[in-house]
Amino acid sequence: MSSQSQQGLNFTEDEIFGRGSPGRGGYTPPESGLPTIDPQSALPIGALRKDLAGFPNLTEPEVTRHYTRMSQWNFAVDLNFYPLGSCTMKYNPRINEAVARISGFSTLHPLAPDNQAQGTLEVIYNLERWLCAISGMDAATLQPAAGAHGEFTGLLMIRAALTARGNPRKKVLLPDSAHGTNPASTVYCGYEAVTLPSGPDGRIDMAQLDRLMDDQTAALMVTNPNTLGIFETDILEVSKLVHDRGGFLYCDGANLNAFLGKARFGDMGVDVAHINLHKTFSTPHGGGGPGAGPVVVKQELEPYLPFPLVEQTGGGDYRLEYDRPMSVGRVHGFFGNTGVLLRAAAYTLSMGPEGLAQVAEAAVINANYIRARLEGHYHIPYPGHCMHELVITDKIQNEYGVTTLDIAKALIDRGFHPPTIYFPSIARGAMMIEPTETESLETLDQFCDAMIEIAGEARANPESLKAAPVCTVRARLDEATAARRPQLRCSMCG
Amino acid sequence: MRYIPLSPQDKEKALATIGASSVNQLFADIPEAARMNHPLQIPGPLPEMDLMDWFETAAEKNTHAGPRKTFIGAGAYVHHVPVAVDHLISRTEFFTCYTPYQPEVSQGTLAAIYEFQTYTAALLGMEVANASMYDGPSALAEAVIMACRVTGRDKVVMPDLVHPHWRQVVQTYTQHLGIDIILAPMASDGVCDPEKLAAAMDQRTAAVVVQSPNFFGHVEDMAAINKAREESGALLIGAVAEPMALGLLQGPGASGADICVAEGRSFGGSLGFGGPALGMFAVQNSLARKMPGRLVGKTKDTKGQDGYTLTLSTREQHIRREKATSNICSNQALMATAAAIHISLLGQNGLRETALANLAASHYLAEKMTAIPGVKMAFDQPFFNEFAVTLPMDAQRILGDLASAGYLAGPNLGRWYPEMNNTILLCATEVHSKKNIDALVAMIAKGTV
Repeated sequence: MSSQSQQGLNFTEDEIFGRGSPGRGGYTPPESGLPTIDPQSALPIGALRKDLAGFPNLTEPEVTRHYTRMSQWNFAVDLNFYPLGSCTMKYNPRINEAVARISGFSTLHPLAPDNQAQGTLEVIYNLERWLCAISGMDAATLQPAAGAHGEFTGLLMIRAALTARGNPRKKVLLPDSAHGTNPASTVYCGYEAVTLPSGPDGRIDMAQLDRLMDDQTAALMVTNPNTLGIFETDILEVSKLVHDRGGFLYCDGANLNAFLGKARFGDMGVDVAHINLHKTFSTPHGGGGPGAGPVVVKQELEPYLPFPLVEQTGGGDYRLEYDRPMSVGRVHGFFGNTGVLLRAAAYTLSMGPEGLAQVAEAAVINANYIRARLEGHYHIPYPGHCMHELVITDKIQNEYGVTTLDIAKALIDRGFHPPTIYFPSIARGAMMIEPTETESLETLDQFCDAMIEIAGEARANPESLKAAPVCTVRARLDEATAARRPQLRCSMCG
Repeated sequence: MRYIPLSPQDKEKALATIGASSVNQLFADIPEAARMNHPLQIPGPLPEMDLMDWFETAAEKNTHAGPRKTFIGAGAYVHHVPVAVDHLISRTEFFTCYTPYQPEVSQGTLAAIYEFQTYTAALLGMEVANASMYDGPSALAEAVIMACRVTGRDKVVMPDLVHPHWRQVVQTYTQHLGIDIILAPMASDGVCDPEKLAAAMDQRTAAVVVQSPNFFGHVEDMAAINKAREESGALLIGAVAEPMALGLLQGPGASGADICVAEGRSFGGSLGFGGPALGMFAVQNSLARKMPGRLVGKTKDTKGQDGYTLTLSTREQHIRREKATSNICSNQALMATAAAIHISLLGQNGLRETALANLAASHYLAEKMTAIPGVKMAFDQPFFNEFAVTLPMDAQRILGDLASAGYLAGPNLGRWYPEMNNTILLCATEVHSKKNIDALVAMIAKGTV
């Protein structure tokens, strides 16, 4: 990228590789007072690196400017509305950041003896208890580093429990509206993924479930509310049928924001669920991670939780228990993304019981408000109130040759991040809009105004939407060439 | 509630627009029997200042005395991360954004990850790297699964010199995939014996895993191991738990590794009780389309300007579902960004000088330790910043005494290798001065008499 193309306060920035000059550097190691050691004598000569060609030689101000400029090319939830469906882009409270950076937490070695780590163990133990209370479940592991990691862990536990009953079974049932991670996690646990077709109202079709839930099916994995933003009203019948046939009910907790404090997995007959702390519990998404995907389970599955687990001793101290012979194993090098857990614990305490219930109410009101305002302007494939998110499609705009992708890019030019697009695939041309509870009605109105304006533009002047976005540092990217001739690194470095 | 703008008046207005008479009407789809009829049994709400008190009180119960008195490595290494790194990743545009699915408004994250991929590949001596995995151990598990998939074979040879936690994670991931993990006992030698490894491999062997520096801190002879696997046709998977060593050592790719993984926390991360971690994953070009995880590629926009986008996503779960190369959906994007910033600050000089400082500190510690009567190096092998020493007395007792005095050392290898019960690992890095090391050694010397 050439810095020549700077416009006003929009700075572009060259790639960092090979920049600077050999005398420069941005870091000085601490003064140690120690004699130097010649690597040629201490290490095998054949194992030594020849050089670090292509790595930069820059000072701290240069590096700081480089990344500060790059940061300005990102959209972020702090800048404006970010209505990505199923991603729960809520505000990330700053107190959480301060908590995670308390040095007593951030400098603790993971192999410190338990008696040196009581503070962190106490937080982990409490967060486990709180997540159990919030979800209506009996036990938890905070080790999984993401939702998909939690899915894998939960399915492993189901497999272990079924094996203990005598037959691990062969299949896992997944609604056709499921997140792609569900079938992928299923396969990683040695199960075959079987699709459960949704009914005409977008919900689980009890007749189909009855047909497919056989004695070789280990579990049904549901997302509730599902990815259409619709609550599975038959959830109690669903769980009964699955249990009667000897299976387990797994709930993908990606959409927990919809019923925090209003309902609980445990009371819906769910046996295992994962909770995305980076969604429901306000920890930042960080451009794609780190997240955390704790798994909560009913008593029967407790013996299979990953090791180690935090336990409280009779004296009130905390300890890590490694001796768990029925455990499915370790899923993380240490104890998961502990820094994310601290943030989620801070959020839970900030909100308290009433606060969490208000989250669900406001999230659901906001989604229904958008739904009411967009009705008539966009096709809404499933009727009735939605929960925390809604799905609309480009069916009306298709008549003018305008697609969901065009609408998404046109939104960018109007200062909004697009919704999740083309998912779930059972709604053709889907736009999945999740406002969360941390947006004001004024912001929702601005968004709806922009959406309605785009719908008008699609009728009056469809071609104008094809060029969008025009207000960004880059126009539409050539993704086809990127995939055909992948350039995944700078060849100058290394 | 300070994070929820919807006031009672707003609520009324919204419900009128929606055409609902009450909030409860919007929750009517939840069956009566599954609705909560009591408040959640959790504490709170706490105002900000009280909340901070609660966590500061908890943090004070972590009684360790900080980085300069932490001499444990074993997969999580103490380093000084320049203050600028945390300031830059605290740019709200980096940490409050989502996955860069809309490239036009995500060029910052995409460019940072492209840098991370480049640095990762360059340090590991590989051709391409992905946008990161959860941690080193899960990256290794994914590498093992990938090796079996691409070779069509079902055995993986893994020496017991691979970090025990990493081996446990591999075991967890592969337990239902019909993959045999063959544990090769090499601990008594302290390094891999290429001939013994070769003997453990056959036509069913998909890969051999070699960690270097290994769990005991020793630098493995990757070139010899690369030769040893040739006859069987098994792939070579290199694993690096301490990439700071790569300022001096060449990456496993330079010795012929086909897949290479690393724990990247040393760059830009903090110990933080082990997380967030940062899995690095790299392969040679021929395997790029078989990789798990996200990838950022460089391309052009419609105006012909250079730009970045997520690419080769047909490998991934959101497109390929049950046929995906992995179930992973996220990456550790912010940690990858932190790593890129840290490496950029270090630059050529800093990478080398920091690695040299680690070498100096660990070798000084080893020299002082072996001057204590009865203390011996457990092995005579080259090491970077970590090594094993055998104590003349109960190691568990002395580690406990050190901990009580605020010093963290170890772990005792007897925890994983019963025959090595009084042998401990020690790690010293650039954060440890002569004074810090002398103080530790004096305490251990006192404990041995």
